[in-house]
Amino acid sequence: MLIIKDLHASIDDKKILNGINLSIKPGELHAIMGRNGSGKSTLANIIAGREDYEIESGSILFNGKDLLDQSPEDRALDGIFMSFQYPVVIPGVNNTYFLKAALNSKLKHQGLKEINAVDFMSLIREKLKQVDMNEKYLSRAVNDGFSGGEKKRNEILQMLTLEPTLSILDETDSGLDIDALKIVAKGVNNFRSKERSFLAITHYQRLLDYMKPDFIHVLIDGEIVKSGNSELAKELEEKGYSWLEK
Amino acid sequence: MSKDQKIIDQAISREYEYGFVTDIEQDIIPPGLNEDVVRIISDKKNEPKWLLDWRLKAFKRWKKMKNPNWSMLNYPDIDYQQISYYSAPKAKKKLKSLDEVDPEILKTYDKLGIPIEEQKMLSNVAVDAVFDSVSITTTFKEELEKAGVIFCSFSEAVHNHPDIIKKYLGSVVPTADNYFSALNSAVFSDGSFVYIPKGVRCPMELSTYFRINASNTGQFERTLIIADEDSHVSYLEGCTAPMRDENQLHAAVVELVALKNAEIKYSTVQNWYPGDPKTGKGGIYNFVTKRGTCLGDNSKISWTQVETGSALTWKYPGCILKGDGSVGEFYSVALSNNFQQADTGTKMVHIGKNTKSTIISKGISAGKGQNTYRGGVKIMKNAENARNYSQCDSILLGDKCGAHTFPYIDVRNPSAQMEHEASTSRIGEDQLFYCNQRGISTEDAVSMIVNGFCKEVFNELPMEFAVEAQKLMEVSLEGSVG
Repeated sequence: MLIIKDLHASIDDKKILNGINLSIKPGELHAIMGRNGSGKSTLANIIAGREDYEIESGSILFNGKDLLDQSPEDRALDGIFMSFQYPVVIPGVNNTYFLKAALNSKLKHQGLKEINAVDFMSLIREKLKQVDMNEKYLSRAVNDGFSGGEKKRNEILQMLTLEPTLSILDETDSGLDIDALKIVAKGVNNFRSKERSFLAITHYQRLLDYMKPDFIHVLIDGEIVKSGNSELAKELEEKGYSWLEK
Repeated sequence: MSKDQKIIDQAISREYEYGFVTDIEQDIIPPGLNEDVVRIISDKKNEPKWLLDWRLKAFKRWKKMKNPNWSMLNYPDIDYQQISYYSAPKAKKKLKSLDEVDPEILKTYDKLGIPIEEQKMLSNVAVDAVFDSVSITTTFKEELEKAGVIFCSFSEAVHNHPDIIKKYLGSVVPTADNYFSALNSAVFSDGSFVYIPKGVRCPMELSTYFRINASNTGQFERTLIIADEDSHVSYLEGCTAPMRDENQLHAAVVELVALKNAEIKYSTVQNWYPGDPKTGKGGIYNFVTKRGTCLGDNSKISWTQVETGSALTWKYPGCILKGDGSVGEFYSVALSNNFQQADTGTKMVHIGKNTKSTIISKGISAGKGQNTYRGGVKIMKNAENARNYSQCDSILLGDKCGAHTFPYIDVRNPSAQMEHEASTSRIGEDQLFYCNQRGISTEDAVSMIVNGFCKEVFNELPMEFAVEAQKLMEVSLEGSVG
């Protein structure tokens, strides 16, 4: 589904990614772990299409298509979703309206009929339950006045509604208390399927207690220095990252 | 960034949709302005002597005044001798119904999406259609008459309701209030007159569509709205004008008077031709004086404006809060794209006790547009417990535009409570990326974000206007970002 080959990238002449190689197959959940500044979020943002980065070399293929040529909205329409580390506030734009616009954009792209207001509301009510969110959040502006945990749940709500095939969870666990973390993890776990893949980016092993990854990759200085299964997370928890540094 | 810029450029290169000229015979006074022109206008309208004298007095004052230069607007001097001050479709005979209206004119309204015939049948809006300078037809008149509401052209009111006109004309905006009000007072052509009697809630929203048509003709509208005690009225003003190379001058005066417990809500959506998007050539110069007096206790005047058109906008709808407990409100969205310049805001003068005013201003600058908020709040000596809340937000789209804020606050009574908030922001790349990542195009995202930014003001508009305003914003700046 996603194949990253020897990806080098920089921002403002500062090298951040030093040859990333990563392959994600349908149905897999990969976790990328690493310290602050190791390049985790950069990788997530490059996949999603943020333009701030200079791609020096390498390639990213998504379902066989060259991803780097595509605009962020085309990537989204093709099935890539990113749950933001810091979800953005859009004052005055109703959360329901935003979500419906996003869904209709996707339906239109797939050549399907746009969803009407009534059907959308019943769809969204069902999704709300899955992330244990109150309906009142629908009538608020996008992320406006939301707590950290509410923002993250809102991200997952969007993911459940838009049904992407590749979901990037950028530090979705940060700023969550344990209850909220469980809710978010439950939302993700219920959403897992043979067709859907996930790339979870995190500092902590904590998240992985609730979402079972198929693979774990350790990122240091823009390179994947070690890959393994969920045992690796436990090892990291005990030993930290320093034993992996050159 | 560069991709976004491309989208902006595309949006900016959009043609003005309403740029067409109606081909009908017109009765035009040759360009130039002197006492005789004032007399001819008055004579053509068969006005009584007192009104001619009033005009002439205003003209004398105007000649002594100077074009104001304190605004942020930049424009070449206007040659007032190059402008024709009267233009009317040649009246062949008195019109009894819409069928008798020149089909060309009706077609014009069709293109603008204002089918009068349909409106007459389907909607609950009475339309006093001002075509250039003379009112062609007034619909819904009978229904309004039943309620005792007077809604007619200004000229008609001069003949049919001279006492009210005499009493209130110039009472809110004195002839020599400013350069443009003096000019308007001398040469005003026509406009609307509304009187809501005591205790009457106007059964429908009153609406006037203005349209500047004749080439090189200044349009000088005069509107007077009186809401008698315990009455209520909502008035809508919407405007489009055809494409022109010359700068067309528009200097309207609107006066509102609210008596005891009365409420007037005045809403404007203005999308006149803003000038050529690439060169800034043409476009309307809009110098308007709008003011309301809350004369009676507990009266309320509320201005809502959405200004997306015109090359120049010079406009400060204000409220004089004379009555105790009276309320003034100003909700504004002003957009300057390409070469447009807007210098707009409000003036709230608190005279009575326990008076309250609210100002919400949203400025949007895109392209090379310059947007200025200029607002004055004055609390007079006897205005015990006056309160004002002002909020001025500006949003910038692109890096060639500008936003400026000039709040003037003058408090002469220590019991006043004043709040002022202001913000200026660029449309966030983070916001755009967030929308893009959800599959929403940059164009749609910008329009969504800007509409969100304007929401507090759009909420104040009557339903059908709110929809129109949103569409206008989309057309005016799809995709502008930087």
